[in-house]
Amino acid sequence: MKPTAFEYHRPSSLNEALEMLSSLDDAKLLAGGQSLGPMLNFRYVMPENVIDINRVPEIKGIHFESNGAVRIGAMTRQYEIEKDEQFNQQLPIFREALRWVGHYATRNRGTLGGSLTHLDPAAELPGLCALLDAELVIKSQNNERTVSIHDWAVSFMQANIEENELLSEIIIHPWTVSHGFSFLEMSRRHGDFAIAGVACLLSLDDKDCISKTAVSLIGVANGAVRLKNAESLLLGERFSMDLAESAAQVIDGLDAPADAHHSGDFRKRTAKTLFKRALKQAYDNAIEGRTR
Amino acid sequence: MSTKHSIALTINGQRYSGDVEARLTLADFLRHHCDLTGTHVGCEHGVCGACTVHVDGRAARSCTMYAVQADGSEIKTVEGLASDEGNSLHPVQEAFREFNGLQCGFCTPGMQMTIAAYLEENPNPSEQEIRELISGNICRCTGYQGIVKAGLRAAERLREEQS
Repeated sequence: MKPTAFEYHRPSSLNEALEMLSSLDDAKLLAGGQSLGPMLNFRYVMPENVIDINRVPEIKGIHFESNGAVRIGAMTRQYEIEKDEQFNQQLPIFREALRWVGHYATRNRGTLGGSLTHLDPAAELPGLCALLDAELVIKSQNNERTVSIHDWAVSFMQANIEENELLSEIIIHPWTVSHGFSFLEMSRRHGDFAIAGVACLLSLDDKDCISKTAVSLIGVANGAVRLKNAESLLLGERFSMDLAESAAQVIDGLDAPADAHHSGDFRKRTAKTLFKRALKQAYDNAIEGRTR
Repeated sequence: MSTKHSIALTINGQRYSGDVEARLTLADFLRHHCDLTGTHVGCEHGVCGACTVHVDGRAARSCTMYAVQADGSEIKTVEGLASDEGNSLHPVQEAFREFNGLQCGFCTPGMQMTIAAYLEENPNPSEQEIRELISGNICRCTGYQGIVKAGLRAAERLREEQS
């Protein structure tokens, strides 16, 4: 036994889970357990109560709305997203990025909501949600609110969520215009935490100018970031490596803390190289998509 | 001491039950309560992959899951990989023997459970895919070449069996 003793609760409905969250002191939600499990085992966290939400049916599964929105239950496991054909047709960047999320066996348990709530700065899924302007539905016993992914991180690994609240679903609006995509990451070993990673979506108009783009970065700053300044530099321009090079300079302005493995400068240099490659790949992919 | 929970689950086709504290990992339950010591425990935080078992048909770390969570589940451990009461090795095990996919054997149960589950999903993997797959399992002896070759051969065998 590794963790300190805790009381275990297993609600079988969302209402029951929310009721427990509001009445139990010092409670942690247990989703896929791929971050909380290690943290419990290391005794980084020593909660009195653990609420296991693995058997709450209302917060599982992927739903496609008639208005084009995709609603993903927070307890949807990463492998379920990887395997869903309809989802990947609309959001192909997810399958590309999910390859980098932990390992095969951890994706079988790990969930989208768990990754978003844990909020590791190197995590891929918050980066994708930032790329796609995801909305997060937060519930408590007496309230429901929707938070933009851009207001989700309040500080380092700290999500905008109260102790009595639960992230129930994630709403994504896939791009409806034809576009290219790219997800690139660098890590010491496949599946390790990213030194840096870049996600990019890019649309071209009929004159081959960039008409819409989104770029997000993981692993470098204190959390996933959208590179809005770089996006504005790209808009309306024709793609070239010179353009990519000048937009990449935006990364120099980021606050990149050092850690035990890499300096902030090394992370930024890596991110700039990946940024240029990702932009090129997304551009090539957009051109290919047009000829398909 | 926290409350104990009664659990009942199926492991390798046999029913097991027990009263467990919530903080008991599934790995420790398998080893200490069920005497199924084939599942190895390495890092105990989900990194090394030695404790990988199948939970309801999917590979999972048994060290970051608590036994109480497996209540009602079907678990398969390395002891259940061979058929005919262990007399007939699984193609993954055969291939590990053929290619020396192990030295000390510590990572072997996790490697085999990972590869066996994956090959059911992807019967025709590339070498790159096998390497990505076992990036979640750490071996400190072999340098992985034998394990990769064994994975590819096992896939071949399984395809032959299917056809």
